[in-house]
Amino acid sequence: MIQRDIQIDESGRLRHFLTTEGVKRQLLTEILDHAENFTAVGNRSIKKVPLLRGSTIANLFFEPSTRTRTTFELAAKRLSADVLNININSSATTKGESLLDMLRNLEAMHCDMFIVRHAQSGAAHFIARHVAPHIRVINAGDGSHAHPTQAMLDMFTIRRHKGAFADLRIAIVGDIMHSRVARSQIHALTTLGVQEVRVIGPQTLLPRKVENLGVHVYHDLPAGLADVDVIIMLRLQRERMTGALIPSEREYFELYGLTPEKLAFAKPDAIVMHPGPINRGVEISSEVADGPQSVILEQVSNGIAIRMAIMSIIMGNRFGDMGEQS
Amino acid sequence: MKLRIHGGRVIDPANGIDMIADLCIEGGRITSVGVTPEGFSADREIDASGSIVCPGLVDLQARLREPGQSHKGNIDTETTAAAAGGVTTLCCPPDTDPVTDTPAVANLIRELAELCGRTRVLPIGAITPGLRGEQICEMVILSQAGCIAFSNAEHPISNTEVLRRAMEYAASHDLTLLLRPQDPWLATAGCAHEGAVSTRLGLPGIPEFAETLEVARLLTLVDRTGARTHIGPLSTARAVQMIGRAQFDGLPVSASVAIPHLHLTEMDISDFNSQCHLRPPLRTQRDQEGLRQGLAKGVVTAICSDHQPHDVDAKLAPFAATEPGASGLETLLPLSLRLSDQGIVALPDLIATLTCYPARILGIPSGTLSHGASANICIFDPEQYWTVGPETLLSYGHNTPFLGWELKGRVTHTLLEGRLVHELNG
Amino acid sequence: MSELDVTGLLGEISSRLKHYLQQRRIDKPLMIGIHTGGVWIAQRLHHDLKLEDPLGTLNIAFYRDDFTRIGVHPQVKPSRLPVTVENRHIILVDDVLQTGRTVRAALNEIFDYGRPASVALVVLVDRSGRELPIEPTITGMHLELDANQQIKLEGPEPFRLVRLEREIPAIKP
Repeated sequence: MIQRDIQIDESGRLRHFLTTEGVKRQLLTEILDHAENFTAVGNRSIKKVPLLRGSTIANLFFEPSTRTRTTFELAAKRLSADVLNININSSATTKGESLLDMLRNLEAMHCDMFIVRHAQSGAAHFIARHVAPHIRVINAGDGSHAHPTQAMLDMFTIRRHKGAFADLRIAIVGDIMHSRVARSQIHALTTLGVQEVRVIGPQTLLPRKVENLGVHVYHDLPAGLADVDVIIMLRLQRERMTGALIPSEREYFELYGLTPEKLAFAKPDAIVMHPGPINRGVEISSEVADGPQSVILEQVSNGIAIRMAIMSIIMGNRFGDMGEQS
Repeated sequence: MKLRIHGGRVIDPANGIDMIADLCIEGGRITSVGVTPEGFSADREIDASGSIVCPGLVDLQARLREPGQSHKGNIDTETTAAAAGGVTTLCCPPDTDPVTDTPAVANLIRELAELCGRTRVLPIGAITPGLRGEQICEMVILSQAGCIAFSNAEHPISNTEVLRRAMEYAASHDLTLLLRPQDPWLATAGCAHEGAVSTRLGLPGIPEFAETLEVARLLTLVDRTGARTHIGPLSTARAVQMIGRAQFDGLPVSASVAIPHLHLTEMDISDFNSQCHLRPPLRTQRDQEGLRQGLAKGVVTAICSDHQPHDVDAKLAPFAATEPGASGLETLLPLSLRLSDQGIVALPDLIATLTCYPARILGIPSGTLSHGASANICIFDPEQYWTVGPETLLSYGHNTPFLGWELKGRVTHTLLEGRLVHELNG
Repeated sequence: MSELDVTGLLGEISSRLKHYLQQRRIDKPLMIGIHTGGVWIAQRLHHDLKLEDPLGTLNIAFYRDDFTRIGVHPQVKPSRLPVTVENRHIILVDDVLQTGRTVRAALNEIFDYGRPASVALVVLVDRSGRELPIEPTITGMHLELDANQQIKLEGPEPFRLVRLEREIPAIKP
């Protein structure tokens, strides 16, 4: 059976934003261009534009995340939308039934867009497939699957520093296996046509057949960092340290922690990124995190513009649809 | 009651029969295959011209959800589905609630099934009480209560000493074990084949060697204990190879595969389709080919439905949070027929894997059209197309990856002990 | 279709604008052009008037009132207001004034940057079809056009005012 990509509408535009996988280069570039404009809005005294006045956006967070929720909330408010924050204790919604019930309730409140964060991979797809047709869904992170807005803000940060993508070598370091950010970054980077994406980590933190995603695998940090333009450090979740994935924080930092000495293997003008929140002394040393090559704080502020861009593109596409229908 | 089925192509692999023939039934038994004996006057005639007449199917693994999970189905609904699928004998695993670890539960299942009277239900007894994997059940008493074989269903027997004793005990009392090969440590956290697709989707994986490791453990123990062991359903090509070698070495081991794994692969979950959330997981194209090869070479001698009806909600959640399993009794035959259409297995051999071979695994004389055998018969129109959907399925569970597929081949009549228990549009 | 003398019109606008500023005793106005045609014209006027403060540009895409019908415009250049508008005399420049909705959006955006002392509106062409009570301060020329006629500035080198006949699309409710 032919499966239609549910995040793309009949005219090839974004209906939902669930993953960067399969999104055409032109659409990704369009998001980045729009974000550029919204950055300018963020520098004004009144940081608000009336684009989404009258729309209601619901933040559905089944997994706690103050940071991501706040940037989505701020982005929505700067577009003049009304924002509903709903934090759901995931234990109360382990049954699919109550999850769908909740969606029906929110639909009845005339929400226009759901921002979804969930611990299960595929949750945003599931919700997108079951919501009423006028509702748009943005994935704010589902399990280990995707975190497309984070990946896009990283693309935006890279472009601001490096210009074109074509000649770039990018290294993603750490727990690729459990990282939705890494997956979304890899899809976006390969679509945007970078020269090389490398993943660096022990076999225990790399998913099987990760090379099928179009990346080169390194187990050795200095070797993997040679000649790279961008280094993306991933957060090592504390709970990973209890299993058999890595022996200890100390050994992990020894092998994969980014220190000034390790950073020296990359190009001299390489930038260092991290989706945050950072574990100082586990995956990155403070000298690097706060150093001149770090763009970590910039990533955070770019997050608002990129989310404004994505929300307004998707809502604009939706309004376009409705105009055609009426 | 005398019955005559005339004009059909009779395929009875156990007796090497494949011809246009008439079949006479009297007193619930087959009295003749071929020319109708003189003086036989039927009370009812079934015109089977253009159809295939074969033994009723024998399904090694189908869940009826009773007792314990009546919101997903019950013996009444699921035996109706079985009859509609041409299945006249089925084994139900012991993971009922309560577990089939006492004669009372085994008797209850058999009696309820007899009351419904649509298909013969053979309970499989638990190997360990409560399926906890700690001690062994009263297997002999359970077998006297009608348990045809023993299994621990989806639950592991992690303690190899317990498994070894269970096998020795089964061997000394000539009991059959049906074991599912899955290493619990490697498999419990996963919900999809560990490979390119699970990596893309960020789903926790179940590696191929979760199956082969357990097959290796089982084969070693079969070799040492001599227990008659059936391993299945299989999902990997390598496990098929390992079992093929063990069979060559003379081990009393047989293998089966569930029908979805012969048609689907890991690619089918790529849009988080929860209908394709199965256990064992759908694996690679290479594995699918390996399973088909195993079937063609006779290493795998049975195809089962692995029928697992679910309520609607069980599949309405993000992929990993859904319950694994597919409803399969009614699609077992047409999906199997595809394999002969695709030239993988000749039709008579295919029918054998659905009838006399699984019967042989269980050690029962079913699955044949021999003279004097109980008249369990399936008649199907091999050319009839039908679409899988809520309108056509009789099972309580409409959860199937084949929803919307147009399948070729449909059961028109099912006879259990000479009684018509299913008639399409009848 | 007739070509219009844009350069001549611009010269005339320049001198009237100088006069206006003198009359109002505005010595340091802040000029802002609306993308895209308005910016071209503003660049010329900015040069002619030898203004000190850099030219501001506005992209009103985020303020359009037809977002709910057409969505976001695929290629928008960001607004750039290099100096504060707070308490300044603004000269807002656009090429063609028709419905008045673009100017309405531009005013809203300017007010999101701060509170100007005054705003004057300069347009090259004031054509018929107003839908809002907005009138230009200085106009190059006035044109009476039917609803299906469109006038468009092409440029910037050389400037050309092009008049088009177009199919009127079915009006959406």
